[in-house]
Amino acid sequence: MNNIRVNQPVTGIPATKRSRFSKRFKSWEAPFAGYLFLSPWLIGFFLLTLGPMIMSLYYSFTDYSLLEAPNWIGMANYKEIFTMDDIFPKSLKITIVFVLLTVPLRLMFALSVAMMLNRKIKGISFYRTMIYFPSLIGTSIAVSILWKNIFSRNGFINDFLGIFGIKGPSWIADPKYALGTLILLMVWQFGSSMIIFLAGLKQIPGDLYEASSVDGAGKARQFFSITLPMLSPMILFNCVQSMINTFQMFTQAFVITNGGPVKSTFVYVMYLYEQAFTKFHMGYASALAWILLILIGLFAGVLFWSSKYWVFYETQGGKK
Amino acid sequence: MRVGGSARRLINHFSLLAVSLLMMYPIFWWLGASLKTNEEMSSAGLFPKVPHWSNFSEGWVSVPNFTFTHFYINTFELVLGVLFTSIVSCSLVAFAFARLDFPLRKLWFAIMLVTLMLPTQVTIVPQYVMFSQWNWINTYLPFYIPHLLAGGIGGPFFIYLLVQFMRSVPKELDEAAKIDGCNWFGIYWRIMLPLIKPALVTVGIYAFLWNWDDFFGQMIYINSIEKYTINLALKLFIDSQGSVPWGQMLAMSLVSIMPSVIIFFLAQKHFVEGMSAGALKG
Repeated sequence: MNNIRVNQPVTGIPATKRSRFSKRFKSWEAPFAGYLFLSPWLIGFFLLTLGPMIMSLYYSFTDYSLLEAPNWIGMANYKEIFTMDDIFPKSLKITIVFVLLTVPLRLMFALSVAMMLNRKIKGISFYRTMIYFPSLIGTSIAVSILWKNIFSRNGFINDFLGIFGIKGPSWIADPKYALGTLILLMVWQFGSSMIIFLAGLKQIPGDLYEASSVDGAGKARQFFSITLPMLSPMILFNCVQSMINTFQMFTQAFVITNGGPVKSTFVYVMYLYEQAFTKFHMGYASALAWILLILIGLFAGVLFWSSKYWVFYETQGGKK
Repeated sequence: MRVGGSARRLINHFSLLAVSLLMMYPIFWWLGASLKTNEEMSSAGLFPKVPHWSNFSEGWVSVPNFTFTHFYINTFELVLGVLFTSIVSCSLVAFAFARLDFPLRKLWFAIMLVTLMLPTQVTIVPQYVMFSQWNWINTYLPFYIPHLLAGGIGGPFFIYLLVQFMRSVPKELDEAAKIDGCNWFGIYWRIMLPLIKPALVTVGIYAFLWNWDDFFGQMIYINSIEKYTINLALKLFIDSQGSVPWGQMLAMSLVSIMPSVIIFFLAQKHFVEGMSAGALKG
């Protein structure tokens, strides 16, 4: 009898064998289990994301129309888009104007309201609920119907202006104002950015403000030297997220203005939709989709690149 | 000093109240307008003198041959299916990222984060072609299957959210369970899922709201009225009426957002937490 045997657990497997077994077990078990758990996403990624992306890139070089098999036509789609298509530059311009106006306005409202909510007063959650509510029903068609009615010629905005003797234009039917009503709708729904800002504001340590006010810093100085730098990661996050969403705006323009009047709200994704699902120019639509992807990538790239100059990550300074 | 403090507090309350009212005014107007006739629509005052409840009853049956009950049931069938498949698949995948060690894990995770930002337009055409070749048009499979594969609306975001929550569960629990003879699935099922229930609720809420709101997907994949969701029925309602009965339409659109509103008020806490967790822990 030797001593090792006595120490053995009651499993009946000799110690040496058991440890070898568990080592072997470990070497394949975790990766295997890992890929098993990962498999839904992995299959989805290849089947529904990467595969379709490659296909759409391929379609963009063909004349595919859903009814007939695709024929390779090289750069013809892109050439047509950039040189002969009159609608493409127009809808691209509308979309960029839309993004450049919506995103900053939305973030400004979100930040200022978040700062109002970041105070110790009673009923904060009530106010937060009320202010967030419009964003809840976000892109639903119901909100678009509401908006269409509010801004119609006899809608409530014009009635309201009528009280002051102002005769409002017919907002939705006037090419000058139609895009503005859509921007207003998007800005009205600043709730999710606001909640993210609010959470960020809560994380700024109070002693920073105390110390700075001892040093004689005023409110404005505190805002620019403490609040903005400390919030800058959230500003970047909200910027990127709002930018991506705004580029893809579709339902609102489709329901409220249907791209009109005179195509003044014919945003990029509506054009893409028209090419793909009413004209069935799948190849052409795919080319448009890739241009959109590159455009969003460029905007995001500029934001991320510039972020090293204005986003402040609290890496040094001790506190978490 | 104290007087100044309470005056400032009063100003705070007033400004917050003003902002809240401004934000909610269109919603209040909406409530009132859903009870108005077309003639009253442009009259002053939020609510009509005599509420026109028939907007709801007439609107409910305004689409020939079908009632909104039918569209409601369809929408629930679609959204609940999506909700269930999302929770199952995303929690499994999140468990892999949060707890299991396998080759290329970091790479896959990075790729998943990139897909968060990918605009859907770049995959929509081939997906549509693929689904139509498989005869999935006019079924709910184009919604169920992507969510079953941890994709679809919000998929990568849900994975990310759940990974963040799972990482906050102490690893000692896994070790203890492993020593007790639990396998990975056991750890996932018996330890992880019960502990991250609040996060699962958050995912469920978002999956519900976003898919309830989705219009683009429903519009391209569903084309018979029998399968129509509420959103599509509303669009049909707008398009089919010559002189638009605004009261009925606003009443029905109000009805269409009711489930979202109820869920929002029941689960506000989860809602706010989920959204800030997504941004802060990143």
